[in-house]
Amino acid sequence: MKEYLILLAQKHESFRKAELEALAELEHVAVDLSQHDENVPLLYVTLDSEEAARKLIRRSILARSIFEVWGRGNSLDSLHEDVKQRTSHLWPEYKHVSFKFDIISYQGSRTKEEQREIVESFSYVDFEGPIRMKDPDEIFTIVEQYKTPLLPVSGCREVKDICFGRFIARSQRDIIDKYDLKKRKYIGTTSFDAELALISSNIGLAAPGKIVYDPFAGTGSFLVAASHFGAMALGSDIDGRQIRGTARSNITTNYYQYHMESQFLDTFVCDFTHNPIRPSFRVDAIICDPPYGVREGLKVLGSKNPERYADKLPTKLETGDLSHLRPDYIPPKKPYHFDALLDDLLFFAAAHLVDNGRLCCWMPTANEDYGDRQIPTHPDLTLMSNCVQEFNKWSRRLLTYSRLPRDGSTTTLPPTARSTRIYTEQFRDKYFRGFAKTKDNE
Amino acid sequence: MKILTANFVQCTVKACGSSPDCFPLHFDQQTPDLPLELAHEDVDFSPEFICNVLPRIEWPALLTTARELGNTQLPPAKPEIENPSAPENEQLLRDLHTLLLETQIIQGSMRCANCGHIYFIRDSIPNFLLPGHLVQ
Ligand SMILES: C[S@@+](CC[C@H](N)C(=O)[O-])C[C@H]1O[C@@H](n2cnc3c(N)ncnc32)[C@H](O)[C@@H]1O
Ligand SMILES: [Zn+2]
Repeated sequence: MKEYLILLAQKHESFRKAELEALAELEHVAVDLSQHDENVPLLYVTLDSEEAARKLIRRSILARSIFEVWGRGNSLDSLHEDVKQRTSHLWPEYKHVSFKFDIISYQGSRTKEEQREIVESFSYVDFEGPIRMKDPDEIFTIVEQYKTPLLPVSGCREVKDICFGRFIARSQRDIIDKYDLKKRKYIGTTSFDAELALISSNIGLAAPGKIVYDPFAGTGSFLVAASHFGAMALGSDIDGRQIRGTARSNITTNYYQYHMESQFLDTFVCDFTHNPIRPSFRVDAIICDPPYGVREGLKVLGSKNPERYADKLPTKLETGDLSHLRPDYIPPKKPYHFDALLDDLLFFAAAHLVDNGRLCCWMPTANEDYGDRQIPTHPDLTLMSNCVQEFNKWSRRLLTYSRLPRDGSTTTLPPTARSTRIYTEQFRDKYFRGFAKTKDNE
Repeated sequence: MKILTANFVQCTVKACGSSPDCFPLHFDQQTPDLPLELAHEDVDFSPEFICNVLPRIEWPALLTTARELGNTQLPPAKPEIENPSAPENEQLLRDLHTLLLETQIIQGSMRCANCGHIYFIRDSIPNFLLPGHLVQ
């Protein structure tokens, strides 16, 4: 067992622990992440081996890098003491490798002069190998974090935590740019931020050999992200135009753009409440951003005036042809409630996920009256994480559930047995009214 | 649409859900407006994936689909593969890979044997939306 230091992105802090927990499960790495603090970009963990450290971080989007800890302190002096105590037996092993030193400072900085002094203060490790700024064998890094708040007065630089570590591995944080929507050929108004789609796929445990399904696939943002991590992606949407795109720009051409066409399973057009996937078929994960009717009202198949179809006969055109056989036929749709759709989604997930398979589902929540009661529940699904992305006047959450193993003791609820949630107001109404007004009226 | 997908989609008419005839959908009757079109598209071979999906395949349904599309070479019972990396399994896994993932149904129609409703596939994308009279 050794101590390691993970440097974390200072972004989407609420997702960082959930992502690392998921990766630990996926890679079978035993780790205690309870020390994670959303306000701190450093996380110290204890791991079995360097290999475990590499595995934990190799797919991460929100971790930056991981280091083997050689020492820690709250001042340079206490750090040196700790380094000598912990690692003097290791120094001979690194005597002749090429190396360089790095200094990373949080909430503060060092002048070039100070940096050189710090590096020189480590001369007792007595490395004789060549110093190489490019591709050295080892990078020794000093990570220091100053006490907040940041004081601009020079000389007042109290260090909170200073660590000396050997660089082990980098995460996949630099692939965010590759999947940036600005560079993607086929996108639409509903395309999902690449970074958060990749994080969702990590939390959903997308991996080679698995099938990941997005029932509200739209332009396929989650399909692409899941496939990046090796999963076979399956998508469906009620809107055929989104799924099809154009002849030259569509979900399949995106797969060609990223050279991942072998990870694309299929897309099909369907209403989620009339899903063609047979009851016995299992998928490994469901990752989606369901429609909540902000841009256009949430619709499902059906008619506002069902009497029209009471005879259950197809509609005939003047020509005598049946209207639904025409290629341009548009089936009738009726409005539906977001809360009912979420219940349908959980019910579907409980039925179709493999044991321990995950449902990752984005859900908008109004900031001021978010409470636990808005989290949908299902007896066969455990909530694994609840991560929030804050905007100015609203927020959205990524809810992640795991399918409990089917040991025979749990039963899947019939579709009529709904979870008991009370929705004071449809999210959509609030969105349009502007959240501020609610407060004013109070 | 891949043959693998044809092995997990059924008729979306609610009343058909309880009928054993709603799955698989059938390719035996095609319309002249939309003649059946198959194509081969290369997909990287992943024995791991084939092994993972094999238990999820409904074998009799796969036999039906393959037969209706003109392939009668499949073994009558689902093969059991214990070790995906054993050399004697490689050919079988490759054959399944070709059938399930590389055979594309570019266009055509699928029929529910229970209610008779026809689902169209265009540009490889099947459409499972229902006309008004089939939705309750
Ligand atoms: C928030 S968007 C998700 C978009 C997607 N993540 C993307 O990358 O473009 C919701 C999607 O759900 C689809 N949708 C709306 N109602 C639906 C229904 N009843 N069944 C299936 N999909 C539906 C919409 O067409 C839309 O594409
Ligand atoms: Zn039917």
